Amino acid sequence: MTETNPGSTSAKDGSAVGSTRGEWPLYEVFVRGKRGLNHVHVGSLHAADDQMAVHHARDVYTRRNEGVSIWVVRASDITASSPDEKDPMFAPSGDKVYRHPTFYDIPADVPHM
Amino acid sequence: MTTQVNDNRFDEAALQEQFDATIEAKDRIEPRDWMPEAYRKTLIRQVAQHAHSEIIGMQPEGNWISRAPSLRRKAILLAKVQDEAGHGLYLYSAAETLGVTRNELTEKLVAGKQKYSSIFNYPTLSYTDVGTIGWLVDGAAICNQVPLCRTSFGPYGRAMIRICKEESFHQRQGYELLMTMMRGTEAQREMVQESVNRFWWPALMMFGPPDDNSPNTEQSMAWGIKTHTNDELRQKFVDMSVPQAEALGVTFPDENLKWNEERGHYDFSTPNWDEFWAVVKGDGPCNEQRLNHRKRAWDEGAWVREAALAFAENQTAEAAATPTAADATPAAGVDTTTPEETAK
Ligand SMILES: [Fe+2]
Ligand SMILES: [Fe+2]
Repeated sequence: MTETNPGSTSAKDGSAVGSTRGEWPLYEVFVRGKRGLNHVHVGSLHAADDQMAVHHARDVYTRRNEGVSIWVVRASDITASSPDEKDPMFAPSGDKVYRHPTFYDIPADVPHM
Repeated sequence: MTTQVNDNRFDEAALQEQFDATIEAKDRIEPRDWMPEAYRKTLIRQVAQHAHSEIIGMQPEGNWISRAPSLRRKAILLAKVQDEAGHGLYLYSAAETLGVTRNELTEKLVAGKQKYSSIFNYPTLSYTDVGTIGWLVDGAAICNQVPLCRTSFGPYGRAMIRICKEESFHQRQGYELLMTMMRGTEAQREMVQESVNRFWWPALMMFGPPDDNSPNTEQSMAWGIKTHTNDELRQKFVDMSVPQAEALGVTFPDENLKWNEERGHYDFSTPNWDEFWAVVKGDGPCNEQRLNHRKRAWDEGAWVREAALAFAENQTAEAAATPTAADATPAAGVDTTTPEETAK
């Protein structure tokens, strides 16, 4: 679960142990704002099944042309990196500076660079 | 065992340090980050209360949908009330990232264990109130919500951004409705003034108790959940509203309301805080009605929620039992395209 994983932290005080009995499963919603853009996570909702999730996402997240396409996925089907892995997982972007365009000095008078 | 305990204590201190540094840098806390339990609990209470307010807030105006004076007004009001339902859902979705379920929050609301904004415990006596609510109540909500877009908890801030984008329509449709009535008959102008008189003080109370009686404000500001005090926001709202009232041609029911050159703000009377606390504690004009209505909708909707779930389970079971066309075709991932086809 991406946003919605209470993880181990909240289970401690029992606050995560709610009445999930009979609750529709949780879906995460991704919307493509317009052609040419990626789908972006916009929030979550509950629905009994995939089709209902798409319908609800249409009503909840795109009442004003916010999107041209919607993805829904059950929150329980998402695998996410853990915050504890932050360092090893994302280190390459930090220490491999040569991956970034600013690593390269180009004279200012070279056009269109 | 001793080392284990010490390690945990060390970990907790390191986590707290990391949390504090994130807050200090005005960066956002995200759901999977470690956070102090008190921070989590404060947020759950605030976001849930906010979500409940959006949902209960549909009632006073929803009351008038079937009696809208024209098709145009009806379409506008329907869209506005639907937006409020959406706002409630964005906020429940943000609250769920803190490890509570939506059912749990709704059950606490209908049991009277969680609050919603007291403004919705006042009745809507005429269609004019739809205009006044849009102008003053949504206006006060905007004042409160714009700074919350930069609140320290990521999902809450993102929900607020979506909400703020939609609120401006709410305020403008209300103001326009009142403007239309002010251009009408003398009786209509009186209706507007009467409605504004009723809503002015409850709207000022929407910002919460005065700073010297708001014990949680300091901690909430230290955590970056709140960025302005209740009194700061209330003042800002008064300063914004007075010129709007002048343009509309109405007055606010406060003889002490006047510009203070020295302060650069409008002075105004102290709201009746006894009334505020009475309404918060359940003695407002409509507390019982609002809560009963929500409870009835929740109880009467139970069979729908159950039936939808049972239907979905049946569909899954049926799909599992029936061999589908997919079983007869080559395994997934096998490219059946011939080179000739590709060449075309
Ligand atoms: Fe709203
Ligand atoms: Fe609104």
